[in-house]
Amino acid sequence: MGLLDKHKFIETNATLLLVGSLLVVSIGGIVEIAPLFYLENTIEDVEGMRPYSPLELTGRDVYVREGCYVCHSQMIRPMRDEVERYGHYSLAAESQYDHPFQWGSKRTGPDLARVGGRYSDEWHVDHLSDPQSVVPESVMPKYGYLTKAKIEGEYIEDLLKTHKLVGVPYTSEMIEVAQADFKAQADPDSDYDGLIERYPGAQVRNFDNEPGISEMDALIAYMQMLGTLVDFSTFTPDASR
Amino acid sequence: MSNKDKNEVETTGHSWDGIEEYNNPLPRWWLWTFYLCIVWAIGYSIAYPAWPLVKGATTGLLGYSTRAEVAADIQSFDDMNAAVEAELAAADITQIEPNSPLYDYATNAGAAVFRANCSQCHGSGAAGNVGYPNLLDNDWLWGGSIDEIAYTIKHGIRNETDDAHYSEMPRFGADELLEPEQIDQVVEFVLQISGSEFDTTLSSQGAVVFEENCSSCHAEDGTGDRDQGAPNLADAIWLYGGDRETIHETVTNARFGVMPAWGKRLSEAEVNAAAIYVHTRGGGE
Repeated sequence: MGLLDKHKFIETNATLLLVGSLLVVSIGGIVEIAPLFYLENTIEDVEGMRPYSPLELTGRDVYVREGCYVCHSQMIRPMRDEVERYGHYSLAAESQYDHPFQWGSKRTGPDLARVGGRYSDEWHVDHLSDPQSVVPESVMPKYGYLTKAKIEGEYIEDLLKTHKLVGVPYTSEMIEVAQADFKAQADPDSDYDGLIERYPGAQVRNFDNEPGISEMDALIAYMQMLGTLVDFSTFTPDASR
Repeated sequence: MSNKDKNEVETTGHSWDGIEEYNNPLPRWWLWTFYLCIVWAIGYSIAYPAWPLVKGATTGLLGYSTRAEVAADIQSFDDMNAAVEAELAAADITQIEPNSPLYDYATNAGAAVFRANCSQCHGSGAAGNVGYPNLLDNDWLWGGSIDEIAYTIKHGIRNETDDAHYSEMPRFGADELLEPEQIDQVVEFVLQISGSEFDTTLSSQGAVVFEENCSSCHAEDGTGDRDQGAPNLADAIWLYGGDRETIHETVTNARFGVMPAWGKRLSEAEVNAAAIYVHTRGGGE
């Protein structure tokens, strides 16, 4: 009982108690969190994943700013009903360039992890401007003002640099031509070969069908690529997960 | 415990500013539940994936994996439907006997596919929306027979895939193909043939504009051309609206309705089922 008698000593010494508590709690952290950083199968390698293009990344910022994640998740769970409705369950790799990730914690609206290509651009404009015009039973607010908010992408370089800082592999070339790429993606008449080379599978269109680049363009560019990068016809899941 | 006399219970000996702590024992049931949970946790972590090691986590004696479970779950339902799905995928859908078991299966499966994938644009009752065709009526842009509907579902309209239906109406106003007064005239003509109120003088001039610019797609009598997805303008059914202003907007900036190619997401059987379901909605040919 010698050791237990020392308890009084810890309890009466606030600093020592604090340090002791920290040590104990850290063990939980080390066991649960640390392995995620060294285990190879935490984020499996999948083909097709690439960082967001400048316009998509801007759209992602609009998504975060408007709080879309409050009602929409981006995480298809491995359950039959979800897979049947939304498509292949989400992989960790598909969120690897998300800072922060948009998994969400609640669904008032449907999951958006694979919304890309599901609807036409025009539908997205109609739906974001007035959701009830296409889905009468929807409780989603209207976001028509995004069409009026014109953007030039003057800070896009900084945005890419910030994401590079937290680990997204943007090359210095990507950062250098970020604003040009930003503009090219919303203009089908531009020279966008370089953009496609840097961001394979990037979709180039005038998304909102209005002159100029608006936040609506950016948001739709982002949503139209969600979940489309991985080719699941060639993907073999690692079962030991 | 609260009934016990103070003197029956020892104190722990701790004393804080004169406040002493009773050393009441924990209730037995609680203590044993606690021990049981510990034993359970140990067993659980042996049976299921749990402990992180150097190369990966322990896989557990039961070999459980969420991915395997969902794959098996989906497989079990696929197996149940395998025969009828194969039959549906291979069938000539124009020849399926109405009210046969296969037909009933297809309409039910098609309804489910429709609710999950089509209703967002075409409405949960298939009555469409402005810009998204009503599937309940007899007016079809690209054809209303079962196989034509199946083709449209599978390949879509004006999307990036090669086999999609494609046509593009010129932007007569925005690209200055027509003078503003010519547009006014042809709008009156379209109002006339669709049975709305119209201006007689403008319309007679518009007839000439229509014949020269519009009739190659919409046909001389304005009844449209399904090979090009050109709508029938001589009826009261409108995709974007049949009032003067909307028609004016359509002629000026044109329309470019896009439908995704669902063949990329749906199986052959699901496409066929959806086509049969849409065909039963009332307007099928």
